[in-house]
Amino acid sequence: MPNEAVMDVETVTPVEDDTVAKAATVVRNYVRSNMSALRDEDLHDEDNIFEKGFVTSIFAMQLLDFIETTFDVEVPDDRITLQNFSSVQRISRMVGELKNA
Amino acid sequence: MLEEKEDPSGVQQRARHFAATELAERASEFDRQEYLPKDVIRKMADAGFLGAAVPEKWGGLGLDPLEYGELTESIGKACASTRALLTVHTSLVAETLVERASNQLKEKYLTDLALGRRIGCFALSEAGAGSDAASVTTAYRSEKGVFVLDGRKKWISFAGIADLFLVFAKENDATSAFLVERDTPGVEIQPMSGMLGNRAAHMAEISFTGVEVPVENLVSSIGMGFGLVANTALHHGRYSIAWAGVAIAQAALETMCAYAAERVQFGVKIGSQQLVQKMIADAVTQVGAARELCRRAGRLQMERSPDAAIETNIAKYFSSTIAQQVTSDAVQVLGGNGCWDQYPAERLFREAKVLEIIEGTSQLQQLMIADHGFKKFAGAGSGWGK
Repeated sequence: MPNEAVMDVETVTPVEDDTVAKAATVVRNYVRSNMSALRDEDLHDEDNIFEKGFVTSIFAMQLLDFIETTFDVEVPDDRITLQNFSSVQRISRMVGELKNA
Repeated sequence: MLEEKEDPSGVQQRARHFAATELAERASEFDRQEYLPKDVIRKMADAGFLGAAVPEKWGGLGLDPLEYGELTESIGKACASTRALLTVHTSLVAETLVERASNQLKEKYLTDLALGRRIGCFALSEAGAGSDAASVTTAYRSEKGVFVLDGRKKWISFAGIADLFLVFAKENDATSAFLVERDTPGVEIQPMSGMLGNRAAHMAEISFTGVEVPVENLVSSIGMGFGLVANTALHHGRYSIAWAGVAIAQAALETMCAYAAERVQFGVKIGSQQLVQKMIADAVTQVGAARELCRRAGRLQMERSPDAAIETNIAKYFSSTIAQQVTSDAVQVLGGNGCWDQYPAERLFREAKVLEIIEGTSQLQQLMIADHGFKKFAGAGSGWGK
């Protein structure tokens, strides 16, 4: 997946909302639990999880299912983009927006 | 197998009857002729099997994963090429559209697929993109309100007869998925023959030359073709292949048991020989274990468990492996007759080998399963030896 990720470098607004912060904790733990145990590099919330190779491509499917099941939201088609799923920060912000919508 | 009382709609009973009356006696003929007849496909559609796992609101039978697995086993035990139609049309295409397509696309195609009015195929592989599926070179570009596709796909089961292709193409590094209708100008089909297994599955190459695809035929969104759409499809496909392994191994087990109970050598039935019994004991154990792994994966899918994907991979890896072992033993038990196409063992042996390659080779499954093992167990054993 890393070789097909087309990401912009837009600066993401720092996490400030409580829902977003809680979502970040859950998503961070989930991503960490799916990272290779053979990698020593730690995950930061702004890291692109696909470009940095923390997870494999099949994880995109699992991640979408996890988000919808865990946060009881339906991610609309126009939100299902590589950019929205690229980092803990972006995922948790999207979850916060969907929960507050 | 589920008991009949757990089959209130009667679909499993109908599937077993269909397999016994329409497929079992003809599977060898389909294999030799390398052709799955249209009447068989029509009957599969009429019975609702082609929409087995599609929700009823879209015209399907709405079977849950466990029910769909049992149906797949019944069909696959009788004829691997007919089972391949379920894997490709129902699992790889229709189930993927259920999960990943827009409502507009579902309304356009899904009911037709569920009812078998259109046949779908999954166009991912290319001559240079097999296990490394993300390296496809079929290209798309956005032009005058349409997507334009150019490239060539290979090893595409049912492309020879399909009406609708789920095609994966790349622009720069972004892989996207599109639904392409067969009669679109620029689409050409070249049938392939001489395959090891699934010989009747209408395998073909597809070439796309300046093929214009409506914007609404994009599945999911730009760049999500491999990570989301292809992986969703392959997840469903692997589940289907896992049951296909159980099906073939069960058929081989029954074949070798029946033969060993009749065949006499050295004045005794060969089934009384302990070395033959060893093969049968192993087969009974392996088939049972594979079926339970499939059921476990199915239950996890129903629970939408995060472990469903890896457990499906484990089931696919195990059942395809044991299918190869059990069918090899079936050939061994049947001896010369096992090597002759007038008996089913050699066909089952060929069909089993294919399962170790398609929908992710066993080696790829091993990599993913090992990675899962490290994540799950490395921490648990971190105090070992200290």
